[in-house]
Amino acid sequence: MEATINNNGAGDAAIVVRNLRRRFGRQQVLNGVDLACPRGEITTIAGPSGCGKTVLLKHLNMLLRPDTGSIVIDGLEVTKIGERERDEVREKFGMLFQAGALFDSMTVFQNVAFPLVELTALGRGEIADRVAETLKAVGLQGMENKFPSEMSGGMQKRAALARALIRRPKILMLDEPTTGLDPTRTHQIHELVRATQRQFDLTAVMVSHDVPAVFEYSDRIAFMHGGKMEINGPVEQVMAAHNEKFELFLAGKASGIDGPPAAVAS
Amino acid sequence: MIERLGAVVIDRVAALGDFVVFLAQALFCVVRPPYKFRLTIRQLRSIGAESFFLVALIGLFTGMVLGLQGYNTLRRFGSEGALGTVVALVLVRELGPVLTALMITARAGSAMAAELGSMQSTEQIDALSVMAINPIQYLVSPRVLAGVISFPLLTGLFDVIGIWGGWVVGVGLMGAPGGPFINGIRQNMGGHDIATGIYKALVFGVVVMWVCCYKGYNAERMATGVSRATTNAVVLSSVLILMSDYFLTSILL
Repeated sequence: MEATINNNGAGDAAIVVRNLRRRFGRQQVLNGVDLACPRGEITTIAGPSGCGKTVLLKHLNMLLRPDTGSIVIDGLEVTKIGERERDEVREKFGMLFQAGALFDSMTVFQNVAFPLVELTALGRGEIADRVAETLKAVGLQGMENKFPSEMSGGMQKRAALARALIRRPKILMLDEPTTGLDPTRTHQIHELVRATQRQFDLTAVMVSHDVPAVFEYSDRIAFMHGGKMEINGPVEQVMAAHNEKFELFLAGKASGIDGPPAAVAS
Repeated sequence: MIERLGAVVIDRVAALGDFVVFLAQALFCVVRPPYKFRLTIRQLRSIGAESFFLVALIGLFTGMVLGLQGYNTLRRFGSEGALGTVVALVLVRELGPVLTALMITARAGSAMAAELGSMQSTEQIDALSVMAINPIQYLVSPRVLAGVISFPLLTGLFDVIGIWGGWVVGVGLMGAPGGPFINGIRQNMGGHDIATGIYKALVFGVVVMWVCCYKGYNAERMATGVSRATTNAVVLSSVLILMSDYFLTSILL
């Protein structure tokens, strides 16, 4: 059952991970992870704390390099490429960090415009138009001159999402986009992620703690446990598969005991 | 036991390697385009211009105390006329570069370590990487360059104000002869003395920016990470300033 689910969609996937392994000191954090994220869908990576979700995401955005295994992004094997090629691949994706990671010395406008100012030759007018358009898409019109410290957590996430979207990426990665938000805001951010994913036709990979609420906004679930992908497939299939560990996790009874502690993951 | 000892040694050697590679990357990125003029100017302002009054103040009082102590000591030997030479050489060769570097460490270096540390802990540095912007080139190189430019300039400021302070106290207050004070400096301080001071300032500039950026950049992502990075940056910078000062002096003497 798992094998068929795992292969599902791997044919035209924006991201394909095969047998990824990574060890920190004595801890095998990723222990042979397989994952396929089909184009134009939201894949949510869920699992107990310390199962290696965040570490996996850091491999996908190439902040970390694996010990062994392969990651293919948009048809290119990225685990062994050089700095320049890596930056080229990175131009294809946007990343929303857990706390937003907005530059706190800059205004919202400067934050969102930053990738365009630094990496493109666009003129001021064009940049201003792009920023205005993107801020509108995340519902932050008129907030251009605020500093991140003057905004609520939810608004910071929106601004960070705008920054991630400004270069019109093909792939969006989200690291726990709703951590620290109240249920209403969580719901809004989920809807926003879904709306922007549709609007910009994105392939999205999201790490989330927010189960099962987040599944409503996902196309696929990848459930990690103990450094491995326990089950990975479309939401309905995974829900219907009656995987024991997954059901324990949903019931709030799963522990990361056979996985490494969370401290390693950050 | 042996295994653990080996692991510790390997860790330390790897950390030292990291530390050296960090500087090499920062220096490489200074000469590699895209150049970060605007960021360098901003750092020149925060490291250089904003340290101006502090350095001037410390320079003034250091020169004044040298004038006081120098006068009282030299008078015992009846050689008050050498006061200018003593004050100027001590300041230009030794105290100017060292105290300036220590003051900039305390003022700008600590702030820099804290700033980079908090950027690290809030994933802002990762965000730069993921946006395909080299964080070392964006954050570290402009600071190192600004340090190399501003340390010698501030040291020069310190020296000039210090010598003036020595003159005010030695000649103005204590009554040392004014003519020999100036003439002594003219005759006994050569280009070599000034060059020594500048070389030291350049080296200290690199060392302080290197250590403070490295410690901030590699701050641990926990509650005490930033404060620990800041403390370590200031302590290590100060230690390295004083240690390298000895070796530089022995080479340049």
